[in-house]
Amino acid sequence: MPTLPQFLSQAFNGIALGSLLALISSGLTIILGTLGVLNFAHGAMFMLGAYTTFVVLGHWDSFAAALALGALVLLLVGLAAERGLIRFYYNRPPQDQILVTFGLGIMLVEAVHYVFGGLSQRVPLPHWGQGIVNLHFFVYPLYRVEVIGIVALLLFAFYLLLYRTRLGLVVRAGIEDPLMVELLGTNVRRMSMVVFAVGTMAAGIAGVIYAPLAAVIPDMGEPFLVECFVVIVIGGLGSFPGAVIGGIVVGEILSLTTLFDPAYAQAAIYAAMTVVLILRPRGLFGTMGRA
Amino acid sequence: MIESSGGRLPRWLPELSVAAALAVLPFVFARWLGSVDLFTRILIWGIFGLGFDLLFGFTGLLSFGQAAFYGTGGFVTGYLLTSGTLENVWLAMAIGIAAAMIFSVFVGVLALRRVGIYFAMITLAFGELSYFLENSPLAKFTGGENGMPGVPAPVFRLGRIEMSFAGSWPSYELVAAFFFAGFVLARFVVRSPVGAVLTAIRQNPERTAALGHDVRAYKLAVFVLAAGFAGCAGALLGIFQSYMPPGAFALDTSGQLVIQTIIGGAGTLVGSAVGAAVWLILRDVLQQVPGIGDLWKFILGLVFVVLVTLVPDGIVGTLARSHLRLGRGQRPRDIADSEAAGREALLAPFSAGVRPPAAGMPALEARHVTKSYGGIHAVAGVSLALPAGRFHAIIGPNGAGKSTFLRLLAREERADSGVIILNGKDIGAADATAAYQDGMAKSYQINQLFPQLTTRQNLRIGALGRHRGRLRLDVFRSADGFAEVEEIVAALLEELGLLACADLPVNTLAYGEKRRLELGLALASRPSVLLLDEPLAGLSPNEREGVKQLIRHLGKGRTIVLVEHDLDAVFQLAEQITVLHEGRKLAEGTASEISNDPLVREAYLGGAATP
Repeated sequence: MPTLPQFLSQAFNGIALGSLLALISSGLTIILGTLGVLNFAHGAMFMLGAYTTFVVLGHWDSFAAALALGALVLLLVGLAAERGLIRFYYNRPPQDQILVTFGLGIMLVEAVHYVFGGLSQRVPLPHWGQGIVNLHFFVYPLYRVEVIGIVALLLFAFYLLLYRTRLGLVVRAGIEDPLMVELLGTNVRRMSMVVFAVGTMAAGIAGVIYAPLAAVIPDMGEPFLVECFVVIVIGGLGSFPGAVIGGIVVGEILSLTTLFDPAYAQAAIYAAMTVVLILRPRGLFGTMGRA
Repeated sequence: MIESSGGRLPRWLPELSVAAALAVLPFVFARWLGSVDLFTRILIWGIFGLGFDLLFGFTGLLSFGQAAFYGTGGFVTGYLLTSGTLENVWLAMAIGIAAAMIFSVFVGVLALRRVGIYFAMITLAFGELSYFLENSPLAKFTGGENGMPGVPAPVFRLGRIEMSFAGSWPSYELVAAFFFAGFVLARFVVRSPVGAVLTAIRQNPERTAALGHDVRAYKLAVFVLAAGFAGCAGALLGIFQSYMPPGAFALDTSGQLVIQTIIGGAGTLVGSAVGAAVWLILRDVLQQVPGIGDLWKFILGLVFVVLVTLVPDGIVGTLARSHLRLGRGQRPRDIADSEAAGREALLAPFSAGVRPPAAGMPALEARHVTKSYGGIHAVAGVSLALPAGRFHAIIGPNGAGKSTFLRLLAREERADSGVIILNGKDIGAADATAAYQDGMAKSYQINQLFPQLTTRQNLRIGALGRHRGRLRLDVFRSADGFAEVEEIVAALLEELGLLACADLPVNTLAYGEKRRLELGLALASRPSVLLLDEPLAGLSPNEREGVKQLIRHLGKGRTIVLVEHDLDAVFQLAEQITVLHEGRKLAEGTASEISNDPLVREAYLGGAATP
């Protein structure tokens, strides 16, 4: 049996990983909910965030600059993707949208592969994130604690954007009934641009934050994409609270199962997804809205 | 979908073309593209794709988890052979394919609870699940990241003849034989009633279910069949390479399959193999070009995005569309000379399997049926009893609950409380499919057709539903091979005045024609109880007269519930009328009783008592 400090430390890891999944998934889920597009390129956006960090830290020794530039770059990539490609797909069947974003994801991954090669790149921890912190029961890497704090702040900002602004009101209405929002005279074109760009940015920022914790390679986004699918199936399609809670749940399942037998960590999240699908097919927080 | 019937092309032309290609192309590959092995590889993807195309191209189910079954087929076969459990390669392959299909039953039951985006996500997740299982917990069987070396080739024995399929050309022959057999099987499925139902499901799953076909079961059947093809391809991969790679289970495998099928053309069966040829040849060619060799996958991704955007039919689909005129001339059928009386007998209510109600018992009865949405009582305790043969209308102002009540009768929605009895049988727990099988059919307020099928094919889907039951896997029959169904369809085309557009796709029809077809779909099962939801909606005065005649004529001998806003039509047609108001029954009686009822006037005219 694992000891209590081991357990607590893994539970903490679960929150750190889960909060990142929550951030990526909330971007994925608002794009899906508002635009009806399941973005298979979302994992590649996460990867682009990590590579932006790698490039920025190669020039300036400032993690804050990496965060700011990562957000900006992915905002622009999101705008370009939406205007250049995705918008032509709003009136096509969901299958086509999946296919085109899948193709876009391959192109992004392969472009990065071409420029940076397939070898993994190391990104150093920011100087304010080095060392460990003593949490009485156990010691824990400082940066992971900070990750939880930063992501919590970002999710709170996301929450304010969705629930306390006019734009957020329109976006949430769009998740309930996109046609009605258009009929009521909202500029859907602008809303679509903003939603896709902001959702993409969320994945990119998560990539920036995650970069020091992992090997930065071109297809690093793929497992995250699949885990985010599990998160939004569990949390409920198009639901922001569902993405946050689902992210933490999946992060905890992954971490705690690893404690007992790492071989079953991945299997466990799919088992959880299966249980949710049987007992509550629309997910924990899903409305019927789109199916 | 390529249709080659219709007398213009020989029925077996696709099979003959594929056989010719399998005989000629390997020499082309051996001469100009290095070796026949590349073509063998393409055909393995092609077998994988035959199943996927039935699933995606024909039924519209986009699975991103086919690698799970490809890998299962390959690794189970490989394990049985390399562990020494079995020596017979054929038997090991059969077990591998069976294992893939059994696994797919489990995945399918869960994934098919959802459609569209959700279905894609769930299949993808199960694909990843099997990848992780193969890689670590099951690594002692599968070799984990090292894969499984030493898969032997089968030996064919017949009397004295003994032939091993090891080596380049023999394994080509083995794979080509499987591809051909698979293609013939897939063609049978496409031409069969099962194929017709699958195509209908892609275009309008709700109506397919309402026409008596068990949509969930058909989807599961095609999902399992696709897994069988995938398992077969996986097993052949291991045999061909003498090695089973761990990447067989990876998301890349499922993704590559999807991409190849789209590039080649979904719904064409051979599209997947053509797409695989494009992918593998481009890869080999591009990789040798200095400077862009590393970009080959980027270029393929770009080609894929451009194709999805601009050429959604893919290579084969686009070629087929431009070279074969798809709006084909149908062989003329001798229907015009069939006697009107004969048609009437053909279309009379079909009673096999339906117990007629005991004398004096109602054909359709609703007792205290209630349905609420949130706090709104859409239908509040409505009761109705219709003797067999009654023509009953339900009227009421907008929002009175008429359409909801009709949906409850048709079992499209479940009532909160109350009992619905059809021919003496409580159908409260039944779904719309079962209600149709029990002899009740509905025509919809908004047309629910299969837009890309012809008028004849539309009616056939309806007639087959009653003729074949909820589910039948008669893949070796022809969809148009049921004499009785064809007679009914022909008679309906004549009665509905749709003979001229019998073989045109429905999306080219005029609104009035579609409206008559909508009515015809409900009649195709020869129901004893017919529910009509605003059959006159949106029609011109002339067309109204025509449809009224149709209803009067074809409704003979049936129990009918009509919901309609055109009160003149209601008063002409109905023997008995129920007035609903705010979910409750306000009045019931004959046309003259209703039109003189002060309560009804008040409800309609908002309290103005003067007529």
